[in-house]
Amino acid sequence: MSLGARSQGEVILDVRNISLSFGGVKALTDISFDIRNQEIRSIIGPNGAGKSSMLNCINGVYTPQQGSITFRGQTFAHMNPRRVAEMGVARTFQNLALFRGMNVIENLMAGRNLKMRSNLFQQALNIGFARREEVEHRRFVEGIIDFLEIQPYRKMAVGKLPYGLQKRVDLGRALAMEPQVLLLDEPMAGMNVEEKQDMCRFILDVNDQFGTTIVLIEHDMGVVMDISDRVVVLDYGKKIGDGTPDEVRENPDVIRAYLGTSN
Amino acid sequence: MSFVPTWERQTDMGFFLETLIGGLMSGILYSLVALGFVLIYKASGVFNFAQGAMVLFSALAMARLAEWIPHWFGFQNLVLANILAFIGALMIMVVVAWLIEKLVLGRLVNQEGITLLMATLGITYFLDGFGQLLFGAEIYKIDVGMPKEPIFLLEHMFQGGILVNQEDLAATVVAAALVAGLAMFFQYTVTGRALRAVADDHQAAQSIGIPLDRIWVIVWSVAGFVALVAGVIWGSKLGVQFSLSLIALKALPVVILGGLTSVPGAIIGGLLIGVGEKLSEVFIGPMLGGGIEIWFAYVLALFFLLIRPQGLFGEKIIDRV
Amino acid sequence: MFYRENGQFKTSYAADQQIFPVMQDRLAVLGLLVLAFVAVPALAPEYLFRAILIPFLILSLAALGLNVLVGYCGQISLGTGGLMAVGAYGAYNILVRIDGVPLIVALLMGGVFAALVGVLFGIPSLRIRGLYLAVATLAAQFFCDWSFLRIKWLTNYSSSGSVSVAGLNVFGWSVDTPAEKYLLCLLLVCLFALITKNLIRGHIGREWMAIRDMDVAAAVIGIRPVYAKLSAFAVSSFIIGVAGALWGFVFLGSWEPAAFNIDRSFQLLFMIIIGGLGSVMGSFFGAAFIVVLPILLDQGAVALGFDTAIASHLTLMIFGSLIVFFLIAEPHGLARLWAVGKEKLRLWPFPH
Repeated sequence: MSLGARSQGEVILDVRNISLSFGGVKALTDISFDIRNQEIRSIIGPNGAGKSSMLNCINGVYTPQQGSITFRGQTFAHMNPRRVAEMGVARTFQNLALFRGMNVIENLMAGRNLKMRSNLFQQALNIGFARREEVEHRRFVEGIIDFLEIQPYRKMAVGKLPYGLQKRVDLGRALAMEPQVLLLDEPMAGMNVEEKQDMCRFILDVNDQFGTTIVLIEHDMGVVMDISDRVVVLDYGKKIGDGTPDEVRENPDVIRAYLGTSN
Repeated sequence: MSFVPTWERQTDMGFFLETLIGGLMSGILYSLVALGFVLIYKASGVFNFAQGAMVLFSALAMARLAEWIPHWFGFQNLVLANILAFIGALMIMVVVAWLIEKLVLGRLVNQEGITLLMATLGITYFLDGFGQLLFGAEIYKIDVGMPKEPIFLLEHMFQGGILVNQEDLAATVVAAALVAGLAMFFQYTVTGRALRAVADDHQAAQSIGIPLDRIWVIVWSVAGFVALVAGVIWGSKLGVQFSLSLIALKALPVVILGGLTSVPGAIIGGLLIGVGEKLSEVFIGPMLGGGIEIWFAYVLALFFLLIRPQGLFGEKIIDRV
Repeated sequence: MFYRENGQFKTSYAADQQIFPVMQDRLAVLGLLVLAFVAVPALAPEYLFRAILIPFLILSLAALGLNVLVGYCGQISLGTGGLMAVGAYGAYNILVRIDGVPLIVALLMGGVFAALVGVLFGIPSLRIRGLYLAVATLAAQFFCDWSFLRIKWLTNYSSSGSVSVAGLNVFGWSVDTPAEKYLLCLLLVCLFALITKNLIRGHIGREWMAIRDMDVAAAVIGIRPVYAKLSAFAVSSFIIGVAGALWGFVFLGSWEPAAFNIDRSFQLLFMIIIGGLGSVMGSFFGAAFIVVLPILLDQGAVALGFDTAIASHLTLMIFGSLIVFFLIAEPHGLARLWAVGKEKLRLWPFPH
């Protein structure tokens, strides 16, 4: 499967002129880029460049002061997280926003929430539809558990898991939403080489098998250059590069911002 | 506190002013209790539900010591007894502060606010029981020579004059002095600045070498001192009894209104609540069946919480993701 | 050795998700139910019902309701007493104003009224949290205190300010003796415990816990904080309202608003802190603790020669100390101690 082919798809997410500030601090200035269907798009840049803030804007967690986001033909100035989730966008978090009071299965099942339809009374009595629905979604979640190879940990409290496994659960919860677009915020931060290889494999498999579009924030240049179709580079809230990995690698602005590091 | 309207409700204006002044006075008393809250919150981020219990405990200590000390040392002089009792009660409050820091706060350093709140609830119960065990459960008098007779102001403008309680006037003076002293303490002394640093960020303050546990003992001692002053004033007015502990519940809306981190806010908030309560009771109360004092302050606080949670003078609370 | 899950294989997800997956647990619960429904009514002395079992059951129910809100959904509430009052007076008004209403319907309607008021209580939770929310719920508590004191219609214009209910009758079964009252409460408590457990295991339970644990992440998954929080308030208040109605009707018989004041709210909060937040079992542990402890202390004090006033001071002190102790040593309460104990039992006789 050639990497080039994927970046020919139609544009499904179009970010236009997004500007975001907190009080006096400008986090993002006039950012525009697009994301094509089924591609792997990376956002890179030095620390504090505004990458997570960008993801937060796409997600509806932050509302940008200016600009709009077009998703599948519909343009929004304001998104709210629930609508974004309903439209098929899921994400993971840099700092792991797992639900610490629940175990792995419960965290993944939480991701199925949008698809569960039984009402309060049906759940209270646990009969019929509510019961069947619970089993059916459990089956789906078990599929994700198999995919991410975390079977032995399914009943453990997520707080007790090692960091690398927690990151997998975070990914699993996002996958449970059956998203069309997956926003990954530094999914490999803090991992060793083996764990990174596993995570890469998962990301590529998700993209391959389910056709999910991936938007990836990552610091490991080796990974980024290897798996991305296209790359956006941010620095101090401004876009300084946009193109294929090779194009970006040669871009003098990017080199200057980074002083050229690659693992 | 009940106010006695002039026997001739000559002008509505006069009556209104009396109610207003009465409200301001009771507001000052609320402020005194609220001050203790604000101090502790500013310095340790702990919402001290036990402040009311501290007021009661310190007042009990004062009242009983004033009785016992003359017996122990065999003299009659009231002024001396009161002074010694005050010092004794203050020392007791410092010990209480030290114990609270050692046994409770020190062990709950990184817990969430709600946990700390519940811990202070536990301390409340403990102090209530302990105070009654140690000092007795009846109503005791505190007599520090506060003038009891009311005076009448502005007799030339309003017939009969406007009734003002001298005791409350004295309380106002004391409260003003206390607030001024505390404000200067926070602004101009080394300890005061350290307290403000600790209030901002425990861990950062610790990392620059500020001894957290000592600071907290200081703060709770100062709060204990404030509680003692409040206890003496309230106790002198009402007698020292269990209901004093419930004043904490009245002080909560005061700090919400004024802002949890603001000393002037505690004063303004107290005045607003005091006036609001009295005026609403007199003018709105009869329409609703009376007795609305039990919820007025809280409902007012509720509105503030929904519109402006940081209160009038508090710091804005920012919730970053 | 005796208590282990070894060899108990589940062949379906439904079996894996049941409330008591370990067979020994199922047997133990069954035994407990037999004991509770059959042995106790037959053998227990009247004093046990009146002083311990009935208040324990009713307060467990209220604690269960509060735990749904505070333990599972993470929203603090100090207005529990007020909600119990709404349940009690609501049920009372239904009974007194509508002829021929069955008792159970009146009790449930009390719950419905409490649920409606509870949702009102809960609206501030959409904007504020933590201690500010606690203050908002206190406003509601005091407002309830005042309403039942001053709005005469609510107490059916009773001259003394107190109301009373006599002659409980459940579809023909006349509930008179303490044993019968106990059974009525036991039935309702078991029913509500099952319902609560089902809700917790379902997707609404996960929504509540998600809001408790990290509400931003919850929103990103598509959970609506408004729906989750208000449904928690509604369900919690319904249960608390029914408990309040039971408290008034079955335990007290006749009551005044003071029975549901702020001390009651604190008492219930202490129950779930000591018992264990976010645990059905914890609600029972906490209620048992708070109901039994004062009695033990009183007996103990009398045995040691103290008079009752001193005993009550000591009770306050011990309560306060225990709250602090639990918060420091085991913030997850007795339920966690129980769970740890069971874990050790699973491994016994091996140390780990």
